[in-house]
Amino acid sequence: MNYKLIFSVSFSLLRARWKQTLIAAIGVTFSITMFIALLSFMTGLNGLLDGLILNRTPHVRIYNDIKPTKNQPVNVSGTYKDYHNFIRSVKSPSARQEIFNSGAVMDAIRRDDRVAGLAPKIIAPVFFTAGTIDITGVVNGIDVQAESSLFHFNDYIVAGKAIDLKNVPNSIILGKGVADKLLAEPGDVVQVTTSQGDIMPLKVVGYFQSGLQDFDKVQCYASINTAQKLLGKPNNYITDIQVKLKDLNQAPMVAKEYGALFDADTEDIQTANSQFETGSFIRTLISYSVGITLLIVAGFGIYNILNMMIYEKMDTIAILKATGFSGRDVNRIFIVIALTIGLAGGLVGLVFGFGLSAIIDQIPFRTPALPTITTFPVNYNPAFYLIGAVFSLVTTYFAGYFPARKASKVDPVVIIRGK
Amino acid sequence: MSNVILQTSHINKYFHDPVTVPVLNDLSMSVDKGEFVSVVGKSGCGKSTLLYILSTMDTDYEGQLWIDQDLITGKKEKELARIRNEKIGFVFQFHYLLNEFSVLKNVMLPGLKLNQYSESEIEHRAMERLRMLHMEDLALKNANQLSGGQKQRVAIARALINDPAIIMGDEPTGNLDKKNGEIVFDIFQELAVHYHQTLLIVTHDPEFAARTNRIIEMEDGRIIRQ
Ligand SMILES: Nc1ncnc2c1ncn2[C@@H]1O[C@H](COP(=O)(O)OP(=O)(O)O)[C@@H](O)[C@H]1O
Ligand SMILES: [Mg+2]
Repeated sequence: MNYKLIFSVSFSLLRARWKQTLIAAIGVTFSITMFIALLSFMTGLNGLLDGLILNRTPHVRIYNDIKPTKNQPVNVSGTYKDYHNFIRSVKSPSARQEIFNSGAVMDAIRRDDRVAGLAPKIIAPVFFTAGTIDITGVVNGIDVQAESSLFHFNDYIVAGKAIDLKNVPNSIILGKGVADKLLAEPGDVVQVTTSQGDIMPLKVVGYFQSGLQDFDKVQCYASINTAQKLLGKPNNYITDIQVKLKDLNQAPMVAKEYGALFDADTEDIQTANSQFETGSFIRTLISYSVGITLLIVAGFGIYNILNMMIYEKMDTIAILKATGFSGRDVNRIFIVIALTIGLAGGLVGLVFGFGLSAIIDQIPFRTPALPTITTFPVNYNPAFYLIGAVFSLVTTYFAGYFPARKASKVDPVVIIRGK
Repeated sequence: MSNVILQTSHINKYFHDPVTVPVLNDLSMSVDKGEFVSVVGKSGCGKSTLLYILSTMDTDYEGQLWIDQDLITGKKEKELARIRNEKIGFVFQFHYLLNEFSVLKNVMLPGLKLNQYSESEIEHRAMERLRMLHMEDLALKNANQLSGGQKQRVAIARALINDPAIIMGDEPTGNLDKKNGEIVFDIFQELAVHYHQTLLIVTHDPEFAARTNRIIEMEDGRIIRQ
């Protein structure tokens, strides 16, 4: 097969009709540009919205819930085994929310290949004393470094530095809402009362703002040591272990496994945030639908232009056939024309799409709910460019397929006689 | 027998438009190598129809056709294209050249399609043929910048590029003025005399026909004299 000849004939036909060709190519360029920009922007937004919750949520959380004793005495009694028992008198066996043997548990989790990292945590409900009233809050005792690397803790500090929690003894980072209520500024000291009634002064070293108002009105952060001191607990006291996995989809399985293994309560991210996945999925689906619709419209443009070209070039096709080009050669010539339009238009579209994404990326976008965001979020995923490129070729191929087949079936006798 | 380039046996052709009408009736003929044959007859007697069958473009007929001892009837589209490319040079009345290409490229295209010689050799051969027809100065012009007579000469050069077994023409001078018609005829004659090129030319110019080796005369789809 003499492809050089096929290409040379195709390009000559293209050149003779360069205006129509250009318009067809611009159609492809436009749709690929929009496809790339739309998907980059939409998935960027998705990432942002998901990140709002998902980034900060452990994939698996291990904790000890307070619950009544499962085996109430009446159930244990053989006599009433087959009865419906509703007498419950034995309360929760201990108020211990502590994870037993936490050091060994954490070591075991760290050795697990599926685990990307873990961060221990202590959750301590407290009161902040502001004048005559008490404000309820929660002090989260955290390992600042683990929390930052796994859950982007750093990103949400709007005043002060996260690492000060570790460097400054007896320090606290207040939720922005709590700080506003307490009129506390970095450097101030706040009085914290635990549920046991112990009072401890803590020094404010920064503000935390997650973007979720209800969250910021309650949550505060201290180092693990500070939290242990606050609660008067030994330094192996941990109430939560937050695990981040390498593959998020394994979370339900791992959660179940850990629950049995460590005899503790576990919760996976899918259960905790099921609605987010649905939202992301729908948004992504809409973006793809719009992008692909644009491409199909561009495909019809190419189809029209090729059809027109074939009607105009009937004489040329007839002469080519009369001088020895087969129907297949003619077919290939028009497929090459279609693919050339798709390839050229698509390539420019990819470049423009990248450009448009970069522009969107520069547009200022500030909202108090998202302190770390200053411009619109854009996701530069190479997969979009690959899909765009493949799809532009596939649509143009199909747009060219029927006109090319029509051209290959042109009967030179009919055309030559027609004159 | 080995001298025969083109042969038909009992060719019948009908048009079904909308009633079935016979156009060619039991046509048997042959053309020898090196012959310069003309086909004459009244307008509408079936000359063009015959030529389209002989040039393998029309396959909807009864009977048999041989080109260069090879039975053409029943071959596939792709093979027929190859035979047209290699063995037949066709000169039309109106459909001259491809306007998207230069004169030289027009002449080269069938050669490039045959792919027997390198591109530079094909270019050289194309120039040779253009020179023979005194068209070498126009080689790089675009095809649509030429006059009718010039176009027809380029079309002849194109027909010659693959050294065909036979050149067929459907009233190649029919659309030219006297002088240009004369030039084209002289070219055919020179090809026949000097290059022993086999030619089968349809014409309704009796003067033209009279100067060829042999006249095939048709009437109502039959050969009445050959
Ligand atoms: N496609 C067609 N359908 C029906 N009749 C046709 C068709 N083409 C040609 N004819 C008829 O066939 C006859 C022969 O035509 P043609 O071969 O073109 O004659 P010539 O070339 O000798 O003038 C004419 O009567 C013409 O009207
Ligand atoms: Mg005719």
